[in-house]
Amino acid sequence: MLDSLRLTLPELVLSTAALVLLMIPAYVGDRSAKLVTWLAITALAAAAIAIPGYWGPPRSGFGGLFVSDGFATFAKVTIYAGAAVSLIAAMGWFGRDRDYRAEYPILILLSSVGMGMMVSASDLLTLYVGLELQSLAAYVLASFQRQDNRSAEAGLKYFVLGALASGILLYGISLLYGFTGTTLFGDIAHAIGAQKASAAGLSHGTLFGLVFVLAGIAFKVSAVPFHMWTPDVYEGAPTPVTAFFASAPKVAAMALLTRFTVQAAGPATFEWRQIIVFMALASTLLGGVAAIGQPNIKRLLAYSSINNVGFALVGVAAGTAAGVASVLFYMAVYLVMTLGSFLVVLRMRDAEGRPVETIASLAGLSRSRPGLAVAMAAFMFSLAGVPPMLGFWPKFYVFNAAVATNLTWLAAVAIATSVISAYYYLKIVKIMYFDDPAPAYAPTRDVAQSVLIAAAALAVSPIGYYLIVGPLALASANAAGALF
Amino acid sequence: MDASLRWHDELMTGLPILSILLAVPLIGGGACLFVSANAARWIALAATLLDLLLGIWLWSAFEIGGPQWQFVEYQKMAFSPFAWALGIDGIALMLTMLSLFLMPICILASWTTIERRVPEYMAAFLAMETMMIGVFMAQDIFLFYIFFEAGLIPMFLIIGIWGGAERIYASYKFFLYTLLGSVLMLVAMLWMVNFTHGDTYIPHLLATNFPPEAQTWLWLAFFASFAVKMPMWPVHTWLPDAHVQAPTAGSVILAGVLLKLGGYGFVRFSLPMFPEASAQLVWIIFGLSLVAIVYTSLVALVQRDMKKLIAYSSVAHMAFVTIGLFTFNRQGIEGALIMMLSHGLVSGALFLCVGVVYDRLHTREIDRYGGLSNNMPAYALLFMLFTMASVGLPGTSGFVGEFLSLVGAYRASSLVAFVATSGIILGAAYMLYLYWRVAFGTSRNADAAAMPDLNPRELVSLGAIAAVVLWMGVYPESFLAPMRGDVGTLIARVERAAPPGDSGLVRTAHAGKREGAR
Repeated sequence: MLDSLRLTLPELVLSTAALVLLMIPAYVGDRSAKLVTWLAITALAAAAIAIPGYWGPPRSGFGGLFVSDGFATFAKVTIYAGAAVSLIAAMGWFGRDRDYRAEYPILILLSSVGMGMMVSASDLLTLYVGLELQSLAAYVLASFQRQDNRSAEAGLKYFVLGALASGILLYGISLLYGFTGTTLFGDIAHAIGAQKASAAGLSHGTLFGLVFVLAGIAFKVSAVPFHMWTPDVYEGAPTPVTAFFASAPKVAAMALLTRFTVQAAGPATFEWRQIIVFMALASTLLGGVAAIGQPNIKRLLAYSSINNVGFALVGVAAGTAAGVASVLFYMAVYLVMTLGSFLVVLRMRDAEGRPVETIASLAGLSRSRPGLAVAMAAFMFSLAGVPPMLGFWPKFYVFNAAVATNLTWLAAVAIATSVISAYYYLKIVKIMYFDDPAPAYAPTRDVAQSVLIAAAALAVSPIGYYLIVGPLALASANAAGALF
Repeated sequence: MDASLRWHDELMTGLPILSILLAVPLIGGGACLFVSANAARWIALAATLLDLLLGIWLWSAFEIGGPQWQFVEYQKMAFSPFAWALGIDGIALMLTMLSLFLMPICILASWTTIERRVPEYMAAFLAMETMMIGVFMAQDIFLFYIFFEAGLIPMFLIIGIWGGAERIYASYKFFLYTLLGSVLMLVAMLWMVNFTHGDTYIPHLLATNFPPEAQTWLWLAFFASFAVKMPMWPVHTWLPDAHVQAPTAGSVILAGVLLKLGGYGFVRFSLPMFPEASAQLVWIIFGLSLVAIVYTSLVALVQRDMKKLIAYSSVAHMAFVTIGLFTFNRQGIEGALIMMLSHGLVSGALFLCVGVVYDRLHTREIDRYGGLSNNMPAYALLFMLFTMASVGLPGTSGFVGEFLSLVGAYRASSLVAFVATSGIILGAAYMLYLYWRVAFGTSRNADAAAMPDLNPRELVSLGAIAAVVLWMGVYPESFLAPMRGDVGTLIARVERAAPPGDSGLVRTAHAGKREGAR
């Protein structure tokens, strides 16, 4: 039991921190919000240090319900980093409007606990509990600005559709349990293998179970056709919350999907690959086409995230160790690019300090705020996947994995759709650099955010290549090795 | 490991000259960003001139008849999918020299015409230079791809920020067209590297025999990229827009060097790596090139915009290059290579000539000029030289290239040679018609008649190009000699697939197919 508990050390750190930190505002009130945020960031750092899976073979606890391996470690470090950055982003942004409250960091901490469980889940029930813990915190976060109608609407929409997705997922879980007799990933894989080896083949019930589970998870990663909530929720939620939604939970859900497809449904790769391939192509295509006409930067980034998820799914479709490594690599780089872009969006406030979200307001940013424009242009070229920017490499690894598994046609079609998405990334560069200046944004003096923007821009620049790609590729390859 | 790597060991004791050539413009570009407009101009000029001097040293140190790959650098990077592998053969050397030669001229051409955001402009141009010569020097297939693609970003900004009225449309079109072409090439490269189990070294890939069935697909993927860059009909439509809207120096670089990336790609990848597919699909190349020669020449005849006319003439001239390259014989390939160098110089010079009068009158409309030989004699003389070089008059560089590639084409297929030769007549028609309307006749417009002749800066730029054009026309051996050995290597590689000589186009294609199936 103690051994099992030791595996959940990061989750224990975060849960304890969340409960203890909850006491501070209970006595001091919202004045303590900043203090609580910094303490929460410290807790995230402590949790990252406390992860037991940096070295050694995979270890599982609680009778196989929970696993600590290199894969989970990689995902958790990425998730905690994303959560910490979105906390820093939120502090400055809400702080300006004086409606920052101490619940915010605590909700992020609880959500992080859920995400940690998602990526460590080796059982359908752990998976479900982790997913729900993450989602419940996220529903509250979406409606954090409760006086704002759009925020409340986003929270409600997210909750209703999320509940539907949970229902679908649970139905799939029950089917899988019914037709394989177990909820453990490893045993499901054995059962599927046995069914496929038998004369009757894979039973329809198992297949339906797989489809429903994949559909439920697809909702969480917002892959087409389960993406409908994304633009609305991203637009309605307060911007720092959107930044959070687009980063850490995406990594967690993608890692969960990868682990499920490889460890539980590995023997049925041929069956689920068609689903993943369809979702990948539909996501890259819709994420590219639908974003073109968006006047709102948050909606545009929402479609951009759908688009990126599509590319990561190409790596999932490969189903090999190289494919899994490429997914992890993709999500880590995606996290940097997306958080960087959102940090720039957080700077968008008109002269009176009200937040602006129109793309048109970026016009001529290269003259009013050259530094900010350079950073945003770097993120956009990087998201478009143009070498020598960092964003080229995740696409490179994903397509390389697909080509190596004889999915060359998938790589060719997906990469062709990437040209569509390049159009709207270019549009933002064009607006910032080629158009006549719009009214300048209000000045900001948030050192922590400026440092983060500069660091992210440096990371996606060609200079970042030397610092990041090599170690990251090695780490993701090691992490992927844990699943095979 | 093999000869080329031993060669590298010897040379690593010396200077990594190719890396230095790449670094000089990059450092200069970085420095430009932090200084005033005037200082940026001088830094850019100094950096490009220094690079040119290094290039001249490189040319003189290049050992003709020596190993195929010289000045080789090989640095394996930890956990990286590619290596920092550089090296040049004669073909790459000549194209590198072309880029290095045109760059200082481009900087001079932008000296006064670019008034806004000069430091950024110079930085973009210098970054562009690094990317372009990097393409010719890369010996790792992914390094090649990175350089090939990375040039899009500075060019997009150059057209979009400093271009003409329709610059935004043109910059998008340029970026997206070329991106779509090259992403398919990336997938083909990934396939090839998987086929060789992770070997990304181009000399090794050049020696790999890919299965003929796969070659067709790989060839088509590379073709998608190079045909757009080249540009071949019908994917040439980005070129007139980009040329017309780009600032003068941008047009020079586009016509002078960027278009050569497509031709270089055909020589470096399509032909030697997929000889069977090249022979089998040669009808695509010939067909599209012939359409381009006739069609774009006719289109050029009716243009009212000087830059657009020259842009269409570029498409026609590059079609001679593609025909020459795919003749599978020495004359054709050498002719195509000389044609690439010559076109780089001549069309670059023609765009500079347009730039000269555009700076004075701010219009590119042909009708607004006329009788310029009266008030601008020096300009008219140089303009005439470049017009003649573009037409292919003996004694100029254009003649050597066109003649050799047509001889090659005749050996491959008399029908192709017949249609292609008509392009020379059409080329003479539109170029002379242009020159007649601009330079001869009475001065119809008072403001055009009042324009001053070339200033020293313009004279130096155009004079330098004119000297090289004449040199290449009178004594092409200087330029052919370094490339001769490489053309021989290429022919030895593709010979087994070469379609039989003088025959109709249809029979050529069939023979190629039989060869491919064998």
